[in-house]
Amino acid sequence: MKIDRRCFLSLAGGLVVGHLLSPVPWKMTDDIAIWTQNWPWTPVPEDGPVSWKETVCTLCPGGCGVKVRTIKDRVVKIEGKEDHPVNRGSLCPLGYASIQYLYGPSRVKTPMKRTGERGDGEFEPIGWDEAITEVNRKLAALRENGKSHKAACIAGDDRGTVPYLFKRFLEAYGSPNFIRTPSGRDAHETAAYLAQGKTALNVGFDLENATYILSFGCGLLDGCGAPGYQFAAYSRFGEDHTLVQVESRLSNTAARAGKWLPAKPGTESALALGMASVIIDKGLYDRNFIDNHAFGFEDFTDDNGNMHMGFRSLAAEYRPDKVAEITGLDARQIESVAVEFARSDKPVALCGYYESRITADIDKTLAVHALNALVGNINQAGGMFVFPEPEYDLPAVSKDSIASDATGKPRADLAGSGQYPQSRYLLNLLPERILEAGNDDLPVEALLVLDANPVYTLEDSKKVQEAFEKIPFIVSFSSFMDETAKMADIILPDHHFLEGYRDVPAPDGVGMPVVSLSEPVVDPQYDTRNAGDTIIDIAQEMGGDIGKSFPWDDYGDFLEKALSDRYQDMSSNGYVVNRDRVADVADAFETDSGKYEFHPIRRHTPNNGDTEKLPGYREVGIPGGNLNNGVTLVAYKSPRIASGAVANPPFMTKTIDSKTLKEDKLFIQINPETAGNLNLKQGDKAVIETPAGTATVRIDLFEGIMPGLAAMPAGLGHTAYSRFIAGKGVNVNALLRAVPDPAYGMNTAWGIRAQLKKA
Amino acid sequence: MSTQTDNTSNAPSDEPAPKKGATGWVILAFFVIGFGFSMLSGWVGFPNLLYKEVPHPIDFNHDLHMDFVHDGCNSCHYFREDGSFAGSPTLNECRDCHMFVQGDDPNEIKFVEEYVLEDKEVPWNIYAKQPDCVYFSHAPHVRGADMDCATCHGDIGESTSLRPYQENRLTGYSRDIWGWNMSRLGEPKYAPRMKMMDCVHCHVDETDSKGSCFQCHK
Repeated sequence: MKIDRRCFLSLAGGLVVGHLLSPVPWKMTDDIAIWTQNWPWTPVPEDGPVSWKETVCTLCPGGCGVKVRTIKDRVVKIEGKEDHPVNRGSLCPLGYASIQYLYGPSRVKTPMKRTGERGDGEFEPIGWDEAITEVNRKLAALRENGKSHKAACIAGDDRGTVPYLFKRFLEAYGSPNFIRTPSGRDAHETAAYLAQGKTALNVGFDLENATYILSFGCGLLDGCGAPGYQFAAYSRFGEDHTLVQVESRLSNTAARAGKWLPAKPGTESALALGMASVIIDKGLYDRNFIDNHAFGFEDFTDDNGNMHMGFRSLAAEYRPDKVAEITGLDARQIESVAVEFARSDKPVALCGYYESRITADIDKTLAVHALNALVGNINQAGGMFVFPEPEYDLPAVSKDSIASDATGKPRADLAGSGQYPQSRYLLNLLPERILEAGNDDLPVEALLVLDANPVYTLEDSKKVQEAFEKIPFIVSFSSFMDETAKMADIILPDHHFLEGYRDVPAPDGVGMPVVSLSEPVVDPQYDTRNAGDTIIDIAQEMGGDIGKSFPWDDYGDFLEKALSDRYQDMSSNGYVVNRDRVADVADAFETDSGKYEFHPIRRHTPNNGDTEKLPGYREVGIPGGNLNNGVTLVAYKSPRIASGAVANPPFMTKTIDSKTLKEDKLFIQINPETAGNLNLKQGDKAVIETPAGTATVRIDLFEGIMPGLAAMPAGLGHTAYSRFIAGKGVNVNALLRAVPDPAYGMNTAWGIRAQLKKA
Repeated sequence: MSTQTDNTSNAPSDEPAPKKGATGWVILAFFVIGFGFSMLSGWVGFPNLLYKEVPHPIDFNHDLHMDFVHDGCNSCHYFREDGSFAGSPTLNECRDCHMFVQGDDPNEIKFVEEYVLEDKEVPWNIYAKQPDCVYFSHAPHVRGADMDCATCHGDIGESTSLRPYQENRLTGYSRDIWGWNMSRLGEPKYAPRMKMMDCVHCHVDETDSKGSCFQCHK
């Protein structure tokens, strides 16, 4: 028998055929597929009992109710709470992704002390006792040197009990400098003060019941304001509902609106007055309201015998054809929208909170409020409401001589000063003030930062950064290593909202006086403490009258006492709506006339050439106005990008389309016509230069934006947090610069002139 | 155009052609050897290599317990209030009766001493454990379609001792999922199999549809 090559080939053939007829290849294919799913580095959530708990999201001022799915002790899913009056089951992408912040690497896990140069982000962990002692040592030294008024607190909000505790601390310590970060609320508050005589309020719009929403540039469906509230209201829109969007760019909101009026940016107040003139001309205004609840509609003579222009005469100056010229819209369209608005069942006009840019244009806000007054929807279902703040029945602050002396001291941000007597907070002016001052004459020498990230969110980031570098002592209460926390000397980390208690009053712009209670869903993951507890500890350790002003065991004890009878309802329902506090129209006004003042002559303090504060239109001189051949850079809000104090988590960044952010490259939108003039094509690399800064961007051609403008999304270009968040795109705030309102000091610049060149 | 080549091929040859290599029978024998080896190793050796027998932490007598409970399987393998299925019972369920050793069964003694008194959960072997990519809810099957537990889990409720548990060395899941018969032909040995096609067959029979991918692979 001869064995040759063919025998071995045959053997191999037999092996292969036998192998194929055995279970080995088929079973192995299946098992290997399953094996790859069980690699030890593949995260697999632990199994266990499932439960749903309810709380309130506090990552933006929206205050949406959420329900949280936990498996054993781990949060695995967040959804909108169906029966929460604010969002009714809706939730924005940041809310859905907020779980990533609970476990993500951006958390500050323990109190930290700076070891490197300021801003380097080098910290060492320290114990709570040591950290609080260190803060107290610095604050006590400042106070002993008679500089208590040079302490300040920057807070993201001034409502609710935690900011209240910080305000109370400064009052007892002896500083007038509690400063809220700028927002659309500034303008609404001022307008409500001027026209309705009310202070310290939330102005809300009842979008749930309104049938005709006339939005002056509000990103209602772009994630501005209280996104959950707006999404929920829009989702219930029927055929008898209309949304009209005034905006120079085809935003999400504009695309979904029944009508889109692409007015030139900054001309909205002229448009509002133009519509008012049509409504008055055609006699479509609410006569009952104007006759019984309005002052200054007709021309009038004051006590000194001086004649003043009434709203009718003012509006008459804004005929549709003139407004058409200012806004670039069609006069007939202005007229038809005005008529529809006035004739509809429940019309409401709004601006402010929901805008992509933090501007506080008092003129525009007054004009929009006046439109609401014209149709008589103040304190009416589907209209505009002014809500009183929740009151706390607490013992008065115990003040020693230093604290009493500080009451009259000027504020570091000039709010309430001779220059801006009627403004409450002017954080936008503070960086400049710090930079102008000498090192021994700084307006702020110790700064507490609560729920805010001014180093990122304020315009002209470079200047803000320089100003923060000059502040001798900064304490951050941030849960995350954000840009401001990175600049701090001490970080006293707060809980994530899923770990602690907090009351969440009246979300921005929401048309009902709701206060919700955020409750812990999981145990604190790290060595963090509620900011309320921390400030109580600091005060008690300081002792004296400051300690006496904080007679509570802890924040929980304080919260229960502060909310008193509301606490029970809040802790069982998760919220309380103070419907009985909504006054009817007669109670809406605390002006001298007891009426809506179209001409707020008695309230407005003539200031800086602004002798009569009337709703009006004036061109805002935006920065870099003398630049020729350039574009005007505007920021826009995307529902997929969180642009506030909290950066968008990686889950959200994943949802951004590749024409907005591709890898780390940011695109700016320009009209093809603008691109033609500048010799730019889709995807081109370009450099944009404004008076505030320079950035490299990519070009996205977009027919939906007005020629001459360049739109950049707000909320990208973070430099802190973690490597998964930082370095994505460009921070538009670094390219913008604020222009203060001459009488009120708030930022009115809606854009900035820029040079855009191919790189 | 080589004349030499033409000459060679046309040259007459007196010798018979030499025998070229092995005969067909030998070649076939080699094929059979190879085939037989693969078949034998694949059907006999491979399962022994792939699966390992894992001892149970303690033995359990389902039959005995069925006499003491009022609600059949549901007494210990119950639905939580939210409708989710609790799966294997934890000590919380056992503790009520097994706070102290009852009788002299070594498994009972081990259970109480090593687990109940130590407050340590029993690491039961789960025959029906599925990978994470498989979403399965008991509620629509047991409550909605009124199915018996035995339809999928076999008659384990009547067993007096836990049947052997074999673990797939590669995937870590029970041999019951694929079925004890490697060919997946014939009746399953212990309990119905639980691969995807097993779900599909039942769904086609009962609902005329195998359902959508997303129903189970969420």
